Amino acid sequence: MLAFSRSQRALTRSARLQTLVVAKQSLGQRAASTTVNYDWEDPLNLESQLTEDEIAIRDVARAYCQENLMPRVLKGWRTEEFDHQALPEMGKLGLLGPTIEGYGCAGASNVAYGLVAREIERVDSGYRSTASVQSSLVMHPINEFGTDAQKEKFLPRLAKGELVGAFGLTEPNHGSDPAGMETTAEEVDGGFIINGSKTWITNAPAADVFIIWARCKWDKRVRGFILEKGMKGLSAPQIKNKVALRASATGSIFMDSVRVGHDSLLPKSKGLGSAFSCLNSARYGISWGVMGALEDCLARTRTYALERNQFKRPLASFQLVQKKLADAHTEIALGLQASLQVGRLKDEGKAAPEMISLVKRNNCGKALEHARIVLDILGGNASSDEYHVGRHVANLQVANTYEGTNDIHALILGKAITGIAAFAN
Amino acid sequence: MRPSPARLLNILVPVKRAVDYSVKIRHSMNPFDEIAVEEAIRLRERLPPGTVKHIKAISIGPAKSLDVLRTALAVGADSAAHVALPENAPAPEPLAIAKTLASYINLQNNDAAKVAKDGKVDLVVLGKQAIDDDLGVTGQMLAGLLGWGQATFASKVEVDVGRGEVVVTREIDGGAEEVRCRLPVVITTDLRLNEPRYASLPNIMKAKKKPVEKLAPSDLGIDYTPQLQTLRVTEPPKRVGGGKVASVQELVERLKGAGITGV
Repeated sequence: MLAFSRSQRALTRSARLQTLVVAKQSLGQRAASTTVNYDWEDPLNLESQLTEDEIAIRDVARAYCQENLMPRVLKGWRTEEFDHQALPEMGKLGLLGPTIEGYGCAGASNVAYGLVAREIERVDSGYRSTASVQSSLVMHPINEFGTDAQKEKFLPRLAKGELVGAFGLTEPNHGSDPAGMETTAEEVDGGFIINGSKTWITNAPAADVFIIWARCKWDKRVRGFILEKGMKGLSAPQIKNKVALRASATGSIFMDSVRVGHDSLLPKSKGLGSAFSCLNSARYGISWGVMGALEDCLARTRTYALERNQFKRPLASFQLVQKKLADAHTEIALGLQASLQVGRLKDEGKAAPEMISLVKRNNCGKALEHARIVLDILGGNASSDEYHVGRHVANLQVANTYEGTNDIHALILGKAITGIAAFAN
Repeated sequence: MRPSPARLLNILVPVKRAVDYSVKIRHSMNPFDEIAVEEAIRLRERLPPGTVKHIKAISIGPAKSLDVLRTALAVGADSAAHVALPENAPAPEPLAIAKTLASYINLQNNDAAKVAKDGKVDLVVLGKQAIDDDLGVTGQMLAGLLGWGQATFASKVEVDVGRGEVVVTREIDGGAEEVRCRLPVVITTDLRLNEPRYASLPNIMKAKKKPVEKLAPSDLGIDYTPQLQTLRVTEPPKRVGGGKVASVQELVERLKGAGITGV
């Protein structure tokens, strides 16, 4: 089905203020207050804060995800098989790398990117992880740090979902402290030799393109390299039997003296900060995504509470149940407003990394906490994957952990507040 | 040397904002009109490149109607036109809509300068009915007002631009019927004609730059005062009759008695 724009009267904030001013002037008095109906699905009227194209983009993403991904999610969850159709389908709609200008990408706003992530994760965090990696952790570094030749070679095919990408930073012995990484790049005649291993890498088992971060032996700086499937010494086995993100294929990357040419280096990558800028793009998307997951949990548990009767009345009529729903509902409303503000600042080039730590940490923590709480409304059915909320709860535990754990982001903020870095002794 | 085509197709797609509350994912464009927009774009893709010169979407309604025009542009229409009705005006009726469209088309087709620049509108594709009133008469009325042929309830559309003809397969009660019409023609779409595509994000961003013509009812000289009055709404009569038979033999006897001998 086609995209649709929900409210034509969604104007940008400044245009709306201008309209209000004009209305006041022309009426010569305050507009009489009319009753506003509270919409539990959009409590703070986020709709009015979006532009027309952001609404249209949100609507396409929602229609695609609900009509195409939702019917497949249980199979993906149960089999842990990589869904080879998902990325090409998303690519066809321009959902991959949507903020990039050119190379077949949409050139849409960061807010639009967040809205897309929210719709994908409304279905499953695993699908959204796959898309986040492709957009923020593979396309973004190539676009920011790559040569024109690298961009021409990889971006259009990544945008279409023809190539699957993976981002290799985390190592078996270095998660929260990537600076300690043991993967090395050594300069040799004709290029470099990469040695090391990475783990917990989304998309790795199916990836054609790998962005690998390695400590360069010649000057001890960390840089990014593009490795491709099929290179001698490169393997990426799957990590199976996970208890979360099962619809997303996760794996390790083993590099045993992988030889790459000079054209594999991302020349503008200058240290770990470059890797972090990719992570910040992904974390921002995650802050929107987890709100979509929590929204799905709220909607499903609300429906269940209205339909399920005990003691001759619906569960929704019990006070303790209403409190659980109200608390989740509140966090969704506030979390989305925070992400929206960060998105707008990002579009203006005024977003600091700590802002992203704030919203990623808050939204992931709250989503996990409240998804767990509303899960209890399902009673015994909480254990059934057909009720979906249990799947979200399992996924959100990982979302709260990856891309910087809840604790690490607290320390980032702590350092910003006090000036004292407390990451290590 | 390839001969130039006898004519180029200018397609007009009237679309209506009619929210479908029965589906989980709410679309605001009348579903049959979504199918019409999709068919216009598929015609452009099916026919030799350049044959379809222009696809324009048009909608008559309050400001909210711009929704559906933006959607049509995002899916692939080249331009749009909006006949703006006052915010709280009653919903326009089929005859008024048909007159508006006819007036718009005649204004275009009878203006030598416009024809020289953009060509004549020679194909109108719209939904067979709107899901809010289910009246299903606008397309037919439009054809009548214009004096054009009509092919309604289309489940398949083939265009032969060289011969200036369309062949349309129509869904009728008895099955399917094929009609051949000369251009210009009005086609109304039925459910099985196609599966509409999603708009892609790059196309949504490009749609912002596509022109939307704004028209007032006075520009076209149409009166939208409602004329229809609902006298009565009843359920269809309940099915009566039927009976049980004891064996297959008896069933066959009964069928033969009713004159049904075979398929």
